[in-house]
Amino acid sequence: MSMDLRTITIQPLRQTFGHLARRMGADKPASRYMEATMDLQPVENYHYRPTWDPSHDIFDPQRSRITMKDWYALKDPRQFFYGAWTLARGRMQETASADFDMADELGLATGYPGEGKKVVNEVLLPLRHVAWGSNINNSYIAAYSYGIAISQATAYACMDQLGIAQFITRLGISLDEIDALAEAKQAWLKAPVWQGLRHYIEDQMVMDDWFELFVAQNFALEGLLYPLIYDKLNDRLNAAHGPVLTMLTRFQREWFAENVKWVDAVLKAAAADNPANKALLAEWIAAARQRSVEVLAPVAELAFGTEGAAVLDEVVQQLNARAAKAGIPV
Amino acid sequence: MDMKVSKKLGLKERYTMMTRDLAWDTTFQPMDKVFPQVGYEGIKIHDWDQWEDPFRLTMDAYWKYQAEKERKLYAILDAFNQNNGHLSVTDARYMNVLKLFLGSTPPLELMAARGFSMVARQMVGAGPRVACMMQSVDEYRHFQTQIHSISNYNRFYNGMDEFAHQQSRMWYLADGKSFFDDAITAGPFEFMVAIGFAFEYVLTNILFVPFISGAAYNGDMAAMTVGFSAQSDEARHMTLGLECIKFMLEQDPDNLPIVQRWIDKWTWRGTRKLASVGMMMDYMLPKRIMSFKEAWEIYFEQNGSALFNDLARYGVKVPKCFAQTIEEKEHITHQSWIGFYMKPDACPFHTWIPAPDELDWLSEKYPNTFDKYYRPVLEHFDRQEKAGNRFNNKTQPMNCQVCVSTIKFNEPGDPMEMCFRETVYKGEKFHFCSDHCKEIFEDEPEKYVQTFISSHAALQGKCEPDGTDVNAHDYRPGARMHAYWRMDKRAAGDFNGSEDQKNFAQWRDQATKN
Repeated sequence: MSMDLRTITIQPLRQTFGHLARRMGADKPASRYMEATMDLQPVENYHYRPTWDPSHDIFDPQRSRITMKDWYALKDPRQFFYGAWTLARGRMQETASADFDMADELGLATGYPGEGKKVVNEVLLPLRHVAWGSNINNSYIAAYSYGIAISQATAYACMDQLGIAQFITRLGISLDEIDALAEAKQAWLKAPVWQGLRHYIEDQMVMDDWFELFVAQNFALEGLLYPLIYDKLNDRLNAAHGPVLTMLTRFQREWFAENVKWVDAVLKAAAADNPANKALLAEWIAAARQRSVEVLAPVAELAFGTEGAAVLDEVVQQLNARAAKAGIPV
Repeated sequence: MDMKVSKKLGLKERYTMMTRDLAWDTTFQPMDKVFPQVGYEGIKIHDWDQWEDPFRLTMDAYWKYQAEKERKLYAILDAFNQNNGHLSVTDARYMNVLKLFLGSTPPLELMAARGFSMVARQMVGAGPRVACMMQSVDEYRHFQTQIHSISNYNRFYNGMDEFAHQQSRMWYLADGKSFFDDAITAGPFEFMVAIGFAFEYVLTNILFVPFISGAAYNGDMAAMTVGFSAQSDEARHMTLGLECIKFMLEQDPDNLPIVQRWIDKWTWRGTRKLASVGMMMDYMLPKRIMSFKEAWEIYFEQNGSALFNDLARYGVKVPKCFAQTIEEKEHITHQSWIGFYMKPDACPFHTWIPAPDELDWLSEKYPNTFDKYYRPVLEHFDRQEKAGNRFNNKTQPMNCQVCVSTIKFNEPGDPMEMCFRETVYKGEKFHFCSDHCKEIFEDEPEKYVQTFISSHAALQGKCEPDGTDVNAHDYRPGARMHAYWRMDKRAAGDFNGSEDQKNFAQWRDQATKN
């Protein structure tokens, strides 16, 4: 049985803002995501050229070789405006933090077997610097991309990566491996196994085209790294030492599963806009995939020994499948 | 068994591990290529590690607090909307405060979001980078919650529906747009002084407190909740701005003259921008909080003096414009309101002559100036309006080349004389509202010759709705400005007799009578 509660009904004059009604083709209620996102970035009548880049406007579609009839087609299927994003992350961090607390309380983390710790120290802890690199690269996209749809999602991704770098740091602290964090940083800076990856990330930091950077960082590199570490390596460590690591890397795994939906939707929309985009994306993906595989190969070997190449190949296949699904031939 | 002794990390040490220990100096790419913008403004930084984190918030804590705030905020917004909260505001004139706010503030918060993303990318030190990126997403929060809180009002009242379109086109919004365009096109350090310090620290209370307290005083729980919810973010932003100033000044004595010039420039630019906020306080809020003059005395003269006393040890002096703003506090709000009243065809919000008791309130709050200079003008307009001869200025305004305000403020020391300044640069004459704006121009003429002034651009055929043929033989520049603005004429002109006024009265009756 439903109750018939009454409120005073007043006929509104309009349902939504003019720019949203024109976009939807009708005056009807718009979602909070749309209200928070669509057509909000200034596009005209700029007062001054940037002193730091006088050849472009403040916001300028020419900062990428990708062209779009509508830059707001690059929308986020998660419909993350600030409120939705922070609520989602609030929930995720709550569970992840509870896992850390439980692991600390029960001594699960400090008691993690030495053999497992060694792998974590050597393979996982240096990844906090990789996340920091992703943070820098996403802040570039958040800063210089075109339209609020892409700029806000990358601003949130940038914070997500800072969060991930901090969760990895917390993993080190939980395992009582503070010295290992310092060693991992030294390895990141000096050990041959990491230098290819560091070189690539530093090259990304000076990439000009923000969309190319999006492909290299968010699609190719993370698209290979996360399954490699948080699925494949995690499975292996769990099999050997129990599920503690799954608990302590929960945030990254959940984040990646959700994040790919957005990354793939952005690529799909850009590829669908015009054939030149599609060709360019295919070219960028091929180049970034090749470079990522090269630099991740030593990391895969460190993690999986002689099976490293085969495991890496499996995640490459996953990446290729994602590209194909986004309509990009690879 | 592992017998290693646990190291306990202090809070500061832990935070360092969580932030700046993540960063490294690049070697495959040179640092000056990775961070190309930190040098060209002339600011010298020797040791980024000396940056003191103004707050220590890791992402887990950030998400936790922010999620709690968002949950409460949206629950209140939903309840307010469901219950026709818009009918509980003091009177329908209040809607015009929201129109002014929606046009002027969320678009600028958006620029702050993008600007802080840029600075977050460009700063070399991990400390300032993290603080800036956090502020960037906070600014997304602010413009989005502001739009969400006003969205329901837009369904019922005129003049809010085209704010996104109007942000870059409406003449009276150009002062705020030029302010943020100026900051974002400057280098990262000047941006921090402009927005992080001058705006967020020195002037934010004058923007923030009046709008939010105004909402609270006038029964607008939606805007009030948004404001209160943003307060803890603002506290973080203020400490960031101040830390950045101190950091620059501590790093090298050569930074002082550069920083001082920016403080002078941006305090003045901010002051000009706030004239319309003051007008809102003195004329538009049905239930007033305090006068603009009183707010200026508390938030700028007293708090500002304390701040600059604190900064004196670095050699920083009070902004050059300090004395002029004190003189102007008794004038600018009246001049602004009269200016808007005189343009009934050109603003998407209503104007009115204050009621007799409101005129008396103004006399009491402005004993030195109101009765002498402004009451006679308003009473004259009132008589003319009642005689069917409502004043309507249909000419294009003259704008300041720097702040883009319409030139309407008085000559310092002489309220009866309008202040004009001009300078010639490369054979062309440029006009200003004040000595301070003239000086800003002369420091960087190549930048300020670019200013987009719609009263000029319209005459050049650059402000036309899509599809206008500017080469047609009968083309008249500026004749279709309303279409270019997408301005709803129902939202313009006098409040008395407006659709908003009638609808509000009718709906309130519907909600309160049988």
